[in-house]
Amino acid sequence: MNNMKSIRVDLQVIADLIEPGSRVLDVGCGDGQLLDYLVQEKQVQGRGLEISPEGVNQCVARGLSVVQGDAEEDLGYYPDDAFDFVILSQTLQATHHPDQIVKDLLRLGKRAIVSFPNFGHWRVRSYLFFNGRMPVNKTLPYQWYNSPNMHFCTIKDFIALCDEMNVTIERSIALDASGQAHRVRTKLFFANLLGEQAVFLIHKN
Amino acid sequence: MTTEKNISNLPQSDDFPTERVILGKGAPMRLDCGVDLADFPMAYQTYGTLNADKSNAILVTHALTGDQFAAGINPLTGKPGWWTTMIGPGKPIDTEKYFIICSNVLGGCMGTIGPASINPETGKPWGLDFPVITISDMVRAQVLLLDELGIETLFSVIGGSMGGMQALEWAAAYPDRVFSCVPIATSAYHSAQNIAFYEVGRQAIMADPDWCSGRYLEEGKKPRAGVAVARMAAHITYMSETALTQKFGRRLQDREAVTFGFEADFQIESYLRHQGSSFVERFDANSYLYVTRAMDYFDLAATHGNGVLAAAFRDTEIRFCVISFSSDWHYLPEDSRVIVRGLTGAAANVSYVDVVTDKGHDAFLLKEPEFTNVLGGFLDGAARRRGLA
Repeated sequence: MNNMKSIRVDLQVIADLIEPGSRVLDVGCGDGQLLDYLVQEKQVQGRGLEISPEGVNQCVARGLSVVQGDAEEDLGYYPDDAFDFVILSQTLQATHHPDQIVKDLLRLGKRAIVSFPNFGHWRVRSYLFFNGRMPVNKTLPYQWYNSPNMHFCTIKDFIALCDEMNVTIERSIALDASGQAHRVRTKLFFANLLGEQAVFLIHKN
Repeated sequence: MTTEKNISNLPQSDDFPTERVILGKGAPMRLDCGVDLADFPMAYQTYGTLNADKSNAILVTHALTGDQFAAGINPLTGKPGWWTTMIGPGKPIDTEKYFIICSNVLGGCMGTIGPASINPETGKPWGLDFPVITISDMVRAQVLLLDELGIETLFSVIGGSMGGMQALEWAAAYPDRVFSCVPIATSAYHSAQNIAFYEVGRQAIMADPDWCSGRYLEEGKKPRAGVAVARMAAHITYMSETALTQKFGRRLQDREAVTFGFEADFQIESYLRHQGSSFVERFDANSYLYVTRAMDYFDLAATHGNGVLAAAFRDTEIRFCVISFSSDWHYLPEDSRVIVRGLTGAAANVSYVDVVTDKGHDAFLLKEPEFTNVLGGFLDGAARRRGLA
């Protein structure tokens, strides 16, 4: 009866970091796939924030508590320490002020989980190197002029931002093209080269 | 007790086919204005069946010109109830799962005490001697009704427009008696623009000589023109400009050319006149004054949060679903966002959907698939948590 649901591999990595029964806010929760999983399988008190009306409608229609809004405007309305975990999945690179967002995440959550496409991946580097054009591939499917992504970063860049903001990195995971998870800390150079995506668990120092 | 024969306030008479209960029997109900109301009737309808542990009750709160006939057939108009799109078997507010209560608001004119009711002290209609009521007073009366029905906790309180104000008031004033709350196309307070539009309506009614300083029932008259103008002005704010343009544009009414006069040349004029004149038949002029006044006085943050909306919802455990409509300019999506931010600030469990539609404020009464899905999905989710599913 109680089959574990299967979700996208990067979402699974995030889900595995979440403690059962905790209070979770998923910022940019899309159609609610991860949030639904966390509510069903980890019994979290889940909330979501999503900008697209279609996404929000799907979430609410499946019984999730999701607010239609813009992270950069609306995170400011949440009280301090309202959540145990705040998730920002594949959204950081699409914000105007990523540093401000990270600050907000850690204001309203005890811990934050941030995932993003790694612009330092070897394919991205070689695409730019050999073609001389902005990379387009399956994790970065947009042209430069119609991309919602405005602030790309590499795994190294994000670590540098955390250092600058005095934020502690609790866990850091790189996902390669096959979805295999690698620990970043022990082999940063390779993680930054081989990781298509990165997942960071961070908290205030 | 004798009353003039020509008083045409049928819904306020005991013969009118609706459920009715007398409230304020033991102790009178103290209104915000300080007046005590005792032994007063409240008319209501119910749909569906109350379960054994009385956990499946939904209170549907109606808007300014609504009434208790949310589903079924309205005996006064002979038409289907105002929310038959939402209430019924298999519909989002499912009569096979829930027990739905809808009561006529305090100050209304469909059987609950209001200015058209007979004042027992004079044997005549209250008229302007009726005390000014507030949204809080309306909800106080609903609480008494639930006590009469033996229902401690509502599974949900759901309402659009002024019904949404009542839903918010329930959540702020009686958080322990509400499991979930759905304020739709509403606001936590009346803006200057809202007050302004309703003031136009009230002035139109009071400027009508047939209003007779509020004593028209005794005079056997009806301020038809005034009520019609009030309805016309308000009705414009219920529709979006896009909807008006699509529905009427500049099209002429049954004529080839303008008549160089002041007949209803345009279809929109004809439509509004019809809206106005049919409204007169089913709504009491003084009720319109009192109920619009109640909305003007509504300010949830001031009443329950010392001016801070989040404080009105502090520590609430209610599950909220706030819904607005993108083209609503009567109560703007921004008004709903203010509610959502207040709830967010209180760390409340809230969902918010702005339904994209060109139908304006009236969308909450119409068939809007997205709206239907969202409301149904939210209630299903809440029902699972309540152990009703």
